[in-house]
Amino acid sequence: MFDRNQQIRWVIKPAIFMLALIPLAILIYRALTNDLGANPIETINRYTGDWVLRFLMLTLAVTPLRRLTGWNGLLRYRRMLGLFAFFYACLHFLSYAWLDQYFVLADIIKDVIKRPYITVGFASFLMLIPLALTSTNAMIRRLGAKRWQQLHRLVYLIGIGGVVHFLWLVKSDIREPLVYGVVLALLLGFRLWDRRRRTPDVIPSGAVR
Amino acid sequence: QKIPNARKSPLSTGEKPTSVQDITSYNNFYEFGTDKKDPARNAQNFRTFPWSVAIEGEVKKPAVYPFEDFLKHFPLEERIYRLRCVEAWSMVVPWVGFPLRDLIRRLEPTSRAKYVEFTTLHDPEQMPGQKPGLFGAGLDWPYVEGLRLDEAMHPLTILAVGLYGEMLPNQNGAPIRLVVPWKYGFKSIKSIVKIRFVEKQPLTTWMKAGPSEYGFYSNVNPTVDHPRWSQAAERRIGEDSLFSPKRKTLMFNGYAEQVASLYTGMDLKKFF
Repeated sequence: MFDRNQQIRWVIKPAIFMLALIPLAILIYRALTNDLGANPIETINRYTGDWVLRFLMLTLAVTPLRRLTGWNGLLRYRRMLGLFAFFYACLHFLSYAWLDQYFVLADIIKDVIKRPYITVGFASFLMLIPLALTSTNAMIRRLGAKRWQQLHRLVYLIGIGGVVHFLWLVKSDIREPLVYGVVLALLLGFRLWDRRRRTPDVIPSGAVR
Repeated sequence: QKIPNARKSPLSTGEKPTSVQDITSYNNFYEFGTDKKDPARNAQNFRTFPWSVAIEGEVKKPAVYPFEDFLKHFPLEERIYRLRCVEAWSMVVPWVGFPLRDLIRRLEPTSRAKYVEFTTLHDPEQMPGQKPGLFGAGLDWPYVEGLRLDEAMHPLTILAVGLYGEMLPNQNGAPIRLVVPWKYGFKSIKSIVKIRFVEKQPLTTWMKAGPSEYGFYSNVNPTVDHPRWSQAAERRIGEDSLFSPKRKTLMFNGYAEQVASLYTGMDLKKFF
């Protein structure tokens, strides 16, 4: 029989991988069956954007869940979740650059500079690239755990950027971006609270109380 | 139901109308929800009968018009117009209606009437998007729009009661709505219950919601961008394929020849 490691490698990870591809499969199915609505480009763009945010939140949920449940094995799946956030971000950007802007570089550059929600979204996308590139074991070794971890704290900024990108896009109904904002605040807030909880109050010697 | 004998109009565009499916399933009508698909779903049981429109303010003959009277008094025409949404998509819509000026002439506005203010029904029971609370659609209800009197009197400006030869579907603003084809779609207020003639420029719903983003005039203008997105080009719903570029947006949505004179001498960047 499989031992635990083999089970993770050959069963659980492929299962998560397939699950994470379901949103894309649904999108392709809808495209092939002409079910993307009256404005297919808007639908594709919104849909892929939604999944970037969802995978970012899932990635950011790993640490809090691990701390709260003590289930350290979760850490093994974080890289895949983060890479799927990057994967959907690539699709999201591609749908913008290709379908929406028709690869007209001058227009894209103007958009990125001129429109704050695109500036923030694009910056977040750029920040995801080094994280994806340094996600291999070899890169972790090369950077050293500490530097690697520092670099990957960028994901907090990326999460905030993603939510702000959505918030600045909507016309008047901010409910949906607000939901992501609340989830993100909880996930990041947990880290602050957790850190404070874990560091014992150190009283510097000689301090007057 | 069918609208009999609506005359064809020389003011119609020759462009191919957008499919009835797209026109009736892709709507911005926040009273019924902010998703484009919401109005088609949530407006199904909207009661448009009985319906009346109150005419108030600076007119010699203020009145409450039962909806049927509009159909009786004004000959209906088919007007096929381009519709350009502020969100940079467009359609071609075969409206059925009558020129607003026909109504205004009958009401005899006083010399103090400089603007016309329109109001949509306020009924949160029927219009779930109007339900109060912190988490509403983000607009102040009821929805209010306005035109300068000369814009309201322009032959292109109509009150529409039908679409594709039939009475207006609820999600498109039944039973009676404004259509001003050279302005962004949100100016063409839906499900009107009140028309007021006033001296001062009305404060419209979108001006209240975002004064830096939505002006009183809101003429379609490819050279004045929305602060958050470009207005230079647009996506024609249902016509362009996934992989075709957007089409250029035309000044005054292509109606410059007819309406540009309304704005001579005005800085359209300032009066956006």
